[in-house]
Amino acid sequence: MQSFITFIQQFINGLSLGSVYALMALGYTMVYGIAKMLNFAHGDIIMVGAYTVSVVCSVLGMSPAVAVAASVVVCTVLGVTIEKIAYKPLRSASPLAVLITAIGVSYFLQSVALLIFGSNAKKVQSVVSLSSIKIANIDLSGVALLIIGVTVLIMICLSLFINCTKVGKAMLAVSEDKGAAELMGINVNATISLTFAIGSALAAVAGVLFVSSYGYVDPYTGALPGIKAFVAAVLGGIGSIPGAMLGGIILGIIESLSKAYISTDLADAIVFGVLIVVLLVKPTGMLGKKKITKV
Amino acid sequence: MKLKRVLALLTAGLMTVGFAGCSNGGSENGDGTESATFKIGGIGPLTGDAASYGTSVKNGAQIAVDEINAAGGANGMQLELIFEDDECDEEKSVNAYNTLMDQGIGALVGATTSGCSIAVSAVSEADGILQITPSGSAADCTKAANAFRICFTDPVQGQTMAQYIIDKGYKNAAIIYDNGDEYSKGIHDAFVAEFKELGGGIAADESFTSGDVDFNTQLTKIKSSGADCIFLPIYYSEVAKITDQGAALGIDLTYFGCDGWDGVIKQLNGDTTNINGATFLTPFVSTDTNEKVQNFVETYKTEYNAEPDQFAADGYDAVYAVKLALEQAGDTSNEALIAAMTQITVDGLTGEMTFNENGEPNKSAKFAVIENGAYTVVE
Repeated sequence: MQSFITFIQQFINGLSLGSVYALMALGYTMVYGIAKMLNFAHGDIIMVGAYTVSVVCSVLGMSPAVAVAASVVVCTVLGVTIEKIAYKPLRSASPLAVLITAIGVSYFLQSVALLIFGSNAKKVQSVVSLSSIKIANIDLSGVALLIIGVTVLIMICLSLFINCTKVGKAMLAVSEDKGAAELMGINVNATISLTFAIGSALAAVAGVLFVSSYGYVDPYTGALPGIKAFVAAVLGGIGSIPGAMLGGIILGIIESLSKAYISTDLADAIVFGVLIVVLLVKPTGMLGKKKITKV
Repeated sequence: MKLKRVLALLTAGLMTVGFAGCSNGGSENGDGTESATFKIGGIGPLTGDAASYGTSVKNGAQIAVDEINAAGGANGMQLELIFEDDECDEEKSVNAYNTLMDQGIGALVGATTSGCSIAVSAVSEADGILQITPSGSAADCTKAANAFRICFTDPVQGQTMAQYIIDKGYKNAAIIYDNGDEYSKGIHDAFVAEFKELGGGIAADESFTSGDVDFNTQLTKIKSSGADCIFLPIYYSEVAKITDQGAALGIDLTYFGCDGWDGVIKQLNGDTTNINGATFLTPFVSTDTNEKVQNFVETYKTEYNAEPDQFAADGYDAVYAVKLALEQAGDTSNEALIAAMTQITVDGLTGEMTFNENGEPNKSAKFAVIENGAYTVVE
């Protein structure tokens, strides 16, 4: 019985870790799905969101609600600015140039944070205080439940927004064929900017929930979780919104269970091994659509 | 026309500075052992991620140099500290060493970090100059015949903590360590071997990768493993994260740590509720009531407006080791200084120490207990 309870507890640990990955992966997949670029700076925008909460709450002493709002505003403005300065001039360049630029932006954000805040991790007061629920000796952390709830909600809203609104359909059109979309009267640049704005706002939400759940932020906070979230997005099928959710949760559960029952040393190897196997069997990821490109 | 004149002036200015530099260096180098100034080189990261370590060593060493000079110097010679930045990069560290050698240093305090220290000693061994690393704790830092160290080695820390935990009556330890970090792994391996040797059991041996933020899985495992204490041979930032998450999971075991814990109270914003009673090995605690330590902390605070850490104390002790070696040798030649190192006893901030031929310090460990937001030292 005890070992069963431990198993359930580890499964829940994986679920809550996975929901963090899923929330981050939503931003990756959203930008990739529409703009067809990998925004490697996504993890670092999450870090900026987390620092904003820290500054507004701890330094300026304002209420958590203000901190969340400030974080969303700061990240959205930052995301759109980065898009305008770093990615827009490269709209017609090769995807590789954009990818390298994104990595550059990622390092830039990390270094700026390092200069402003120093390399030490900062403790951040949690913006949500939810006590954990105990069911038959199993602890369900309140923040983890909140993250799962928020992630599901965002997933549903995003799917509805993209498939059912005019702006969303414009996004789909841009992702399908930029040139043709322009001919149909869609403002491609504005659409891509909007995509980045939404992606960055999602990063802010992820940042807020991330610090609420782990309590610390440092300049590299977004780096490793960002990479894992990217893997989650690819696992689920990059570009697919439900896929990001599914990929994140599965990744979290695999990571947690392999740490618990196989070896903590091998956990990451197993996680990435699963990715390799999935991509070998189904190159578009679990929920990714197969697309035939005619030459 | 105007531009030309400016250029001419600039050139003239540069030449004057250049000559002045030459003549200064010349006279001092020319005097050799008769010189009234003995130059000590220092190497450590002053910029980059590990900047706090190098800055502390530099400041601590400078305080020692100022103190020695105010008291009349070593063997009548005034000491001068020249400190070079290596950004915690091995190649830059060797470059820094060469720059220092060009300036005619007679002994080296550095490098601050293990990797750099090993890289520098590969070059300095051929030059034969006395090298004392204040804080390079990897075993290989003292492999070269001319290399000594002030701090404890990683394996010694692990063994000492194993003995301490057994003496406290704990039998079944759980461990979480960073498997990508030499320091953490070095302490972990020695601890596990020694703890088993002393009759203890390892209930759970868990690891993580640098950058991980979620430790719930490891902690859940430890919770159901029957461990009676948790040993964390890692740095303070992860310690804070692990102990926070442990408390959230309802883990109420006593924690033990290594000298990387220094700074954990500040990291927790002074709230030590979750780790009261935790003990870690450390060579130096700034709240130590020892008079020498208090004087040092006072000076450090006035000079640099910061609380000194163990790196500052290591830097301070390293300079005193050089001073004592100079007095013991009565000579500034490399051979005499190195031979003198094994004959001196340094009564430093990090304890009273002697050195053996392998370059290792022999000193007793201090332990710091965390209680209600403060460290208390137990010998």
